[in-house]
Amino acid sequence: MEKALKKYSPLFVIPTFAAFVIGFIIPFAEGLYLSFCQFTTVKNAKWVGIANYQRAFADESFTNALGFTVSYAVVSIVVINVIALGLALLLTRKLKGTNIFRTIFFMPNLIGGIVLGYIWQILINCVLSIVGEPLLALNETAGYWGLIILTAWQQIGYMMIIYIAGLQNVPGELLEAAEIDGANAITTLLKVKIPMIMSSITICVFLTLTNSFKLFDQNLALTAGDPKHMTEMLALNIYNTFYARAGAQWKGLGQAKAVIFCILVIAISMIQLKATRSKEVQQ
Amino acid sequence: MKKENKALDMMWTVILTIASVLYMYPIVMIFFNSLKEETSISTNSAVQLPTAETFAGLENYLNAINSKGFLQSLGYSIVITVTSVIAILLLCSMCSWYITRVKGIVSSGLYFLFAFSMVVPFQMVMFTLSQTADQLKLNTPWNIWIIYLGFGAGLAVFMFAGFMKSIPLEVEEASMIDGCNPLQTYFLIVMPMLKPTMVSVGILEAMWVWNDYLLPTLVLDIKKYKTIPMLIQYFRGSYGRVEMGPMMACIMLTVIPIVITYLLGQKHIIKGVAAGAVKG
Repeated sequence: MEKALKKYSPLFVIPTFAAFVIGFIIPFAEGLYLSFCQFTTVKNAKWVGIANYQRAFADESFTNALGFTVSYAVVSIVVINVIALGLALLLTRKLKGTNIFRTIFFMPNLIGGIVLGYIWQILINCVLSIVGEPLLALNETAGYWGLIILTAWQQIGYMMIIYIAGLQNVPGELLEAAEIDGANAITTLLKVKIPMIMSSITICVFLTLTNSFKLFDQNLALTAGDPKHMTEMLALNIYNTFYARAGAQWKGLGQAKAVIFCILVIAISMIQLKATRSKEVQQ
Repeated sequence: MKKENKALDMMWTVILTIASVLYMYPIVMIFFNSLKEETSISTNSAVQLPTAETFAGLENYLNAINSKGFLQSLGYSIVITVTSVIAILLLCSMCSWYITRVKGIVSSGLYFLFAFSMVVPFQMVMFTLSQTADQLKLNTPWNIWIIYLGFGAGLAVFMFAGFMKSIPLEVEEASMIDGCNPLQTYFLIVMPMLKPTMVSVGILEAMWVWNDYLLPTLVLDIKKYKTIPMLIQYFRGSYGRVEMGPMMACIMLTVIPIVITYLLGQKHIIKGVAAGAVKG
């Protein structure tokens, strides 16, 4: 069968592969190359070596964005996963209305980041103006917590679904055995349920981690980095470096930042996957 | 013990009910504001309900539909989402079948590249991608699906290949022995078995393309073509006073179809998400 299929390889593989080359491989390779160049379009690139990288690390707005992104990511990963797991535990208790609750908690996930950001901007600004605090455009703290609340609101439902699927796969005998042995609810949770759903935890932490680092739409729509780039995350900082100002010096800097960002995201995902995978138990 | 449990369950139900009401509140708030008169929407009164004096009926909705190029944007969003999802489902599933059935360095190399593309952040390729798209004239709502096919291939191939590994090889071999060529085998035997995965992949990719903001902003000519997320961001960022009433109506008009689709296809959507996560 392999032989017959091989003859048909142009038909099966080429269309997707061609689009993949156009949409990913060429832009990726070009991006890598251009990070060592000064340019305004792909065609007028001039090799400058690692100058862009030196400027990127010296750029305070970039290191600030990195700091903001990391502190946002840590808090949002904890908040989202703790609440999502809590909800999943409640919704697997066979309470009345479980399906309705699940439906409601999942819903914000389907709405795009731009629209969500706008909705929360209206709500948060209204609350701030009622309590007499400066609005989001001038209020760094509110911007930070606003982003946490907004993304938690969006992603809790998604992670909850994954945790529910994990909890439903915990064998009933195991829970019965724990009960007979006299384990209380908290011991059962810590010693039986959580070890058994480690693979769900791996996935959810991985997803929230990469989502936090790659966050763009919500950041743009909620605060757009205001005030004074203080709530600007890495993705938005790179975007602004590319497109906010005209001039030959910016695009190369932006591309170098993008490469650093890319390496950072890949490295963090790999480390995280290794770390939590090692805690998974075989069923 | 039983009784105690019941009381506890009751308490949790009440708490969850309150939490779900709060959870719905931001959307409900926009809905109420979309019913207010233009002049009575302000920063500090967004949480107030419309009153008899400020109630505007459906006026904002009519304004939004008539004046803001809303219908045009809706059309572009639909065209882009439908063409992209169809292309991804058809072509990526074919590609995945080849990768899983023909072993070798080409297949494993492709698989690795597709998986790798899922982790890479969009900012890494955004500038070069928009330039490539311009050169190849992929910058219209009718052609942009090629970009989405390339960029969405990672997730789709990953999920399809994951499922195909569990399909027994014998069925396909039998059909080949009976004289089907690979194309016939694929469309008559393999594709029907893929249906549940097709639904999952289709939902995930449709959610992504429909809500995507940055890619179409950079690739499409914004003066000519705006998708719905682009339209909303564009009117917020434009100079002068934003007409809040029609904006609120605009948001509701984009949220309502999503909510309806979700309520109708809830079972599949939630299953699709769970499946996508496990494979991812």
